[in-house]
Amino acid sequence: MTSADRGSGLAIETRGLTKRFGHQLAVNSIDLAVPQGSVFGFLGPNGSGKTTTIRMMLGLASASAGSVRVLGLEMPRRIDEVLPRVGALVEGPAFYPFLSGAANLHRFDAADRHSVPATRRARVAEALDRVGLSHAARKKVRAYSLGMKQRLGIANALLSRRELLVLDEPTNGLDPQGTREVRSLVRSLAADGATVFVSSHLLAEVEQICTHAAIMSAGRLVAQGPLPELRQAGSAQLRLLTPDAGAASDVLVRFGMAPVVGHPVAGHPDGNGAVITATFPDGDGPADDSGVAAGTVTPRPVTPGTVPPGRVTPEAIVAALVADGVRVRGFTVERGSLEERFVALTGEGFDVAQ
Amino acid sequence: MSRSDGSGNVAGEARRPPSSASLLGSEMKLLFRRRRTQALLLALAAIPVMIAVVVRLSSSVPAGRGPAFLDRITQNGLFVGVTALIVAVPLFLPLTIGVVAGDTIAGEAGHGTLRYILVAPAGRVRLLLVKYIGAIAFCIAAPLAVALAGAGIGAALFPIGPVALLSGDVVEPGEALVRMLLIAAYQTVSLLGLSAIGLFLSTLTDVPVGAMAATIVLSVASQVLDQLPQLEWLHPWLFSHYWFGFADLLRQPIGWESFTDNAMLQAGYIAVFGALAYGRFVSKDVLS
Repeated sequence: MTSADRGSGLAIETRGLTKRFGHQLAVNSIDLAVPQGSVFGFLGPNGSGKTTTIRMMLGLASASAGSVRVLGLEMPRRIDEVLPRVGALVEGPAFYPFLSGAANLHRFDAADRHSVPATRRARVAEALDRVGLSHAARKKVRAYSLGMKQRLGIANALLSRRELLVLDEPTNGLDPQGTREVRSLVRSLAADGATVFVSSHLLAEVEQICTHAAIMSAGRLVAQGPLPELRQAGSAQLRLLTPDAGAASDVLVRFGMAPVVGHPVAGHPDGNGAVITATFPDGDGPADDSGVAAGTVTPRPVTPGTVPPGRVTPEAIVAALVADGVRVRGFTVERGSLEERFVALTGEGFDVAQ
Repeated sequence: MSRSDGSGNVAGEARRPPSSASLLGSEMKLLFRRRRTQALLLALAAIPVMIAVVVRLSSSVPAGRGPAFLDRITQNGLFVGVTALIVAVPLFLPLTIGVVAGDTIAGEAGHGTLRYILVAPAGRVRLLLVKYIGAIAFCIAAPLAVALAGAGIGAALFPIGPVALLSGDVVEPGEALVRMLLIAAYQTVSLLGLSAIGLFLSTLTDVPVGAMAATIVLSVASQVLDQLPQLEWLHPWLFSHYWFGFADLLRQPIGWESFTDNAMLQAGYIAVFGALAYGRFVSKDVLS
């Protein structure tokens, strides 16, 4: 691989990747595209097929259908060329409990037939240092806490210089300090030019460190792309604060919205009135002038003539509200967070995908 | 994605040519530094010690009762090792080999370390080979532990002198020691087939205890079948059939016939169960 196609290529690419366990489709024909150099968040609820996908990417499990290319090479056919360039944390850390942390890393490094024995000791020490485990290097893993094992698992992925890091739930079991450290570690790895593929169910984490993301639900890939685009794809919410709830609702209905009048705002003695919320029409948003998401929108006017033609803009709504004598005391249009988008795509609640 | 197929993709990184020495060394360290392995070997070494102490403390051993050569021990300490090796054949040795061979792959799967070994990447065939070599090393160590502990305790508690062989010839103690080591080697060979079976069973499960128990049960079953006269046609094919066939090593000159028969039979078991283990493990989904 030359540095020229490094920027343009895909670090991971799956086509119609499918995994069937008996009659159950664990992964259902997914087309994943992870750009080189990205920090890619792989999101999904428990049981949505994330880890199974990762296992197929790493050649641990075979695909029922479809193909995987990692670092441009077909897997699992080119596994011996691909895996030495990949560091991985798969479904939580796993170690020999009767060996020390350092001895475990020595063992895994020795398993890589391309690793250099002469530098092993130094590389193990460096990896341990990088995750803050130097003081516990000689301790048996049996005596490690979950967070320490997690750190050791990440250290294992960092034993050699890697072009791709696959980290499955890297902050699982870590305290806030450890979570912050992992975040900065991921950033520094990305800064070194590595592609980092992070699977997680923690959205806040993905929002903070990722440049791209994909969302899995019940074995299907329901969304993927650069993070800003994913957020954009969600519909915007309009929030209006006014004492004239009735008149305001009429105006919003003219714009084709379905306003919901909330309770009066508490703690305002002068009576700011009610909060009215509504979904901004058709996912076309205020910050989105390029029309990427949905093109232009023609609202369904209830009273023709009072709604400006063309696309709805926030300022047009405010103008219409003011024109109708509505006392606008607060007005915001907000893009949905990734979390809202996630819940919209994968459903709410604790039901593990079947 | 268009890309000229990535040969020479390990750009700029100084990687040495692939070598299996590291993994093999690591496997040996893992096996023999593990408390459990050491306990197994100690338990085996305790057999001759137990025999020697009991014989030393008792006034006389009635001739012709108990394990072979038991009555000869008081006259010559070298018989401790031989007696212990015979005692260990039907159960103790298969038991320890069952534990080690059954643990090979299933033990890694049980710890979850199998996936990390494989993404390192170790290579599945290479890992299987290294695991089997580890089991062979234990097959060498186990009878050796019995023989050496026997020689040691025998020399400590009893007189050592020239030994009369089964053929009537008398050999010096040094030569007798060599014969005892030959018996240990014979038993190493005897256990290779069982190890291959254990390796295969170990690829079938993520629960090491299951593979261990199954291996041990098979070794007992094979010996039971070998006792049934109705199944005489089957006897030469049972992997335990030649387990006691080392008497020819105690004659002058040494008869190698049963040694080679045994080796051929074990080689057959290695080929069959090695192939089965390969077929299973190479295509296995590692989900542990």
